[in-house]
Amino acid sequence: MTQRTLLTGNAAAAWGARLADVDYIPAFPITPQTEIIELLAQWATDGTIAGRFVTMDSEHSMLTAAGAAAATGARVFTATSSQGLLYGFEVLYTIAGWRVPLVLVNVSRALASPITLEADHNDILSARDSGFLQIHTETCQEILDTVLMAYRLAEDQRVMLPVLVNLDGFTLSFTREPVELPAAAAVSEFLPPYQPHHAFIRGDRPMAQGAAVLGGAAYSYFRYQQHLAQEKALAVYEEIAAEFAARFGRYYGLVEPFQLDDAEYVLVMSNAFATKGKAMVQHWRARGVKAGLLRLRVFRPFPAAAIAAALAGRKAVAVIDQNLAPGLGGITYQEIAAALYDRQERPPLVSVIGGLGGKDISQGEFEAVLVALQQAAAGERVPGPWLLYTKPEQERMRTLLQIAGKEVQA
Amino acid sequence: MSDPTSPELRAIKNLKQIAREEFILPGTAICGGCGGLAALRLAAKVLGPKTVFVNAAGCFTLLATFPYTPFKGSWLYTTMASAAAGAQGVRDALDVLIARGKVAAADDVEVVVVAGDGSTYDMALSATSGAIFRGLDFWYFCYDNESYGNTGMQMSSATPYGARTLTTPVGEHARAGTEHGKKDLFEIWRAHRPAYLATVSPRFPIDLTNKFLKAKQLRGPKLFIAHAPCPTGWLYDPELTADYARLAVETGIFALKEAVDGVVTHTYVPRRHRPVEEYLRGQGRYRHLFEPVRNEEAIHKIQEQVDRYWANVHETTGAAR
Repeated sequence: MTQRTLLTGNAAAAWGARLADVDYIPAFPITPQTEIIELLAQWATDGTIAGRFVTMDSEHSMLTAAGAAAATGARVFTATSSQGLLYGFEVLYTIAGWRVPLVLVNVSRALASPITLEADHNDILSARDSGFLQIHTETCQEILDTVLMAYRLAEDQRVMLPVLVNLDGFTLSFTREPVELPAAAAVSEFLPPYQPHHAFIRGDRPMAQGAAVLGGAAYSYFRYQQHLAQEKALAVYEEIAAEFAARFGRYYGLVEPFQLDDAEYVLVMSNAFATKGKAMVQHWRARGVKAGLLRLRVFRPFPAAAIAAALAGRKAVAVIDQNLAPGLGGITYQEIAAALYDRQERPPLVSVIGGLGGKDISQGEFEAVLVALQQAAAGERVPGPWLLYTKPEQERMRTLLQIAGKEVQA
Repeated sequence: MSDPTSPELRAIKNLKQIAREEFILPGTAICGGCGGLAALRLAAKVLGPKTVFVNAAGCFTLLATFPYTPFKGSWLYTTMASAAAGAQGVRDALDVLIARGKVAAADDVEVVVVAGDGSTYDMALSATSGAIFRGLDFWYFCYDNESYGNTGMQMSSATPYGARTLTTPVGEHARAGTEHGKKDLFEIWRAHRPAYLATVSPRFPIDLTNKFLKAKQLRGPKLFIAHAPCPTGWLYDPELTADYARLAVETGIFALKEAVDGVVTHTYVPRRHRPVEEYLRGQGRYRHLFEPVRNEEAIHKIQEQVDRYWANVHETTGAAR
């Protein structure tokens, strides 16, 4: 029976693992992800779930145990954030190279230094080249649904790669929203138990996994295989999304268009702050501005064609990156610009950095972005990246610097 | 798992009782005369074919080089720091898959970490500590060649005082080469109270075999430090591996011992220890202690360390000298 209940983003992720009937959950606490593993620990302890829960000694160990269990033939779930993802970083590439399926939830949190707690996407985007597939979510319902879809995608024999599901720390991890819990029976029809055909460890069929290769030709072969599997995953994803929609009534595309049909000015955003962008679009529409928003969802494989199709021909597009590659600018901006490069009708692009470390993007900042879009549409050059910062924030920062004993220029 | 009273698990008395069947086949990229591989080969004869070796980066990573593997069992290369965590994942997965009826109990395997001293003594200490702490039912086989051997003989925290490596060269400020003493991994591991812990030598195959047989009857962490003479890194002729393995034990430099639930027993105590010089002399890594001038102080210091160790053993255990 489908139930409707209030869940935090973290609880929705844990429910995804529960409904996926996972076999194994190696864990390690880190804010703001910890609630996920606390819930799973409780369910494993009281017998609500059949899977085994183990607290490891670090994220490096946690991810190794997760990958090794998947290589043994188990369905594995785990979660981390920020520094934890980076602490286990080499293991991401290792697991992807093993070609084993598992789902890793990342609850985004900005990276040290300076150490902080709230969200931005430098953590998750650092993993963009790891071989993991990557899906970014906006709502609590979407988190739960995406975890289920992620297992189908990871375990598909045309894919056989692990999946990272991202949600924003605090803004989504600790926000309660109504979530429909699909019935366990319906989920097990959509997602039957994992049958390992390619990677397993058993006494009757010995297998060497993770073997070394010597020479670039062998190495390139296996790396190319990962890339080809990611490319295939685009079509596989669309099949799975269609089936999910047919069974559960909710459709999640590779990207989410919001009021895009006749939109002239488009914001490109991802994750929870996309909700703010959508509110602005509605606000602007009420004012007669034909605005729209494209939300990035499946980020690996990168749906370049879908993105280019959604953006080509617009008057101007602003890519709001909640991340910063110092010395370069916004990370997703680069990829979107590349996706549009060979399009005839490529729109002017404005690169915007905002929301780092959980910094708000205020209505005033959105309005400034709209002005930039209109300037770009009028043929003016808008050099980027724009680093969003408000006057009150600047004043507050000045006070902090003064307390810290730094001389502040007027 | 295994029946502890079955004849195969009884202690052996002579070499003929060691299984003739090989579970690690020859023809690998490992150096000729590798003491670590000789020890692992003997261990595998007790472990049998239903085994997965979970490997950390090191010399033995080259054992399974695509598309070849010398093992009759399975293999999983992990990372340099987390083989024990890999063992945790495999063991837990098999336990839960067997419990849920997804894998037959007959298809269970022994999970064996295989790692060098560079991994084991240094960056893998946290992951291994965690696995022992959690009481994981697994084996750990550390082939200790007292250096980062696969990268060409650099100092690890297993490198003994007085050995020259490429990162602890001999010079004005370090006449002994390596100035640190070897980390006491046996005691570090023993402080965790694993089910079983032992040192083994490829030149003492009966002692080695009996330790693995004994451990096979126990559940929990079963940890082994194998003395691994390394002709490539220690700079001696590969045919002398067995001699140096024997001399390490006969001089008392490498103590053969075990700890069951933390209680230590020395499994072989030479009636009279030979001078350490017999072990040191002839190995290129110690050559600077003898040529061009003899470094009496360093040689004396090594002898003193060994004497002190055994004096303490005799004092605490009352073992005959």
